[in-house]
Amino acid sequence: MRRNLPFVLCLVPALARAADMNLSVEIPALKVAEYHRPYVAVWVEREDHSVAANLAVWYDTKKADGEGTKWLKDMRQWWRRTGRDQNMPIDGVSGATRPAGQHQLRFADGKPPLGTLPPAHYELVVEAAREVGGREAQRIPFDWPATRPVHLSAKGSEELGQIDLDLNP
Amino acid sequence: MKHVLARAVLCAALVLPVAAQAHKMWMVPSATVISGDDAWVTVDAAVSNDLYYPDHFPAPLDALVITAPDGSIVKPENAATGKYRSTFDLPVPQKGTYRLAIVNQGLFANYEIDGQKKRWRGKPEDMKSAIPAGAKQVQVSEMANRVETFVTQGSPGGSALKPTNKGLELVPVTSPNDLMAGEKATFQLLLDGKPAANLKVVAIEGATRYRNAQGEMDTTTDKDGKFSFTWPNAGMYWVNASTEDTKTSVKEAKQRRLAYTATLEVLPQ
Repeated sequence: MRRNLPFVLCLVPALARAADMNLSVEIPALKVAEYHRPYVAVWVEREDHSVAANLAVWYDTKKADGEGTKWLKDMRQWWRRTGRDQNMPIDGVSGATRPAGQHQLRFADGKPPLGTLPPAHYELVVEAAREVGGREAQRIPFDWPATRPVHLSAKGSEELGQIDLDLNP
Repeated sequence: MKHVLARAVLCAALVLPVAAQAHKMWMVPSATVISGDDAWVTVDAAVSNDLYYPDHFPAPLDALVITAPDGSIVKPENAATGKYRSTFDLPVPQKGTYRLAIVNQGLFANYEIDGQKKRWRGKPEDMKSAIPAGAKQVQVSEMANRVETFVTQGSPGGSALKPTNKGLELVPVTSPNDLMAGEKATFQLLLDGKPAANLKVVAIEGATRYRNAQGEMDTTTDKDGKFSFTWPNAGMYWVNASTEDTKTSVKEAKQRRLAYTATLEVLPQ
């Protein structure tokens, strides 16, 4: 054990500046007769479309008797890939719906909800579905871990606005 | 008289192979993929020309069998039969797949009495008393007809889709509630529990009223009874197969007509 100690110590600086993922998701302000905040899910998919990490689920948590869960299925891809296997709420992942605007999310390697992703090619998926509105999903492919700071982005056209993904090694 | 005629038309719709007539029996649920613990679906059931517009005759709910994911039989709520359609509601509290089926099994007879052509449909034990002693040209057929749809709360699964091994039945390879436009789905057809090989299967997308062509897709089951469709669009699809044989359970019936129909919902990517 003692013999391994220097090796463990060597790892500590690496852990201290662990890779992270900064995400900015814009919920556009929509001029519609009947506006409801969108349900939004953010997750990381492997190349076979299996889910590597469930990062965020924003849904109506205020309704009595968890009635808001009734519409989770409208985030169709999220529901199919991982949602239907979850028990809501998901600790550290799910939360209330958010208003129009930019929303910042930060995820660190090794910590929930991102956890430790093995080095591979992934896709970040952001899906939004709105009551009496539309549904849209945007995908950002990325390689993990990043070897240098990487800036990636996507732009939605209806239910999502600008999406920025910054990866740090 | 009107009632008798309507009943005869319904019988014909239940019995005749698809190719011979246009009427299609179906059940269509308000949703097939459900979330939340307090979810319900509402279901329409009818015999019609167009999919899925009730324009002809309501489907009979007396033969409705709803199987929950745990295998138990559950009763519909608010069941009603109207002029053109039957409706019922179904709470779906269990996680897994529910099977909703209208199962018609019985005998169908044509005969002549006093120079008039008559039809009768019913259970084998009622046939002797139903057909008059002086009836001529009695032709008896056996029928086994299953019309289904599926609803899944949470992940697909459970024991509701376990085959009964009677008549034509669908067994999922792909879950019937996990269908997406552009993706290939595979199912297996069983005939009395054995693979129904070399059987033609058709699929017709709903909303036929809004297109000029039926847009029928067809395929044939392989030696294992398996068949696949790649759904071109999102929507409700009517999937049907029919066959006949001589494996009757009553000696008066010379042939047995079998049909299977499912309504499947395909969601957009």
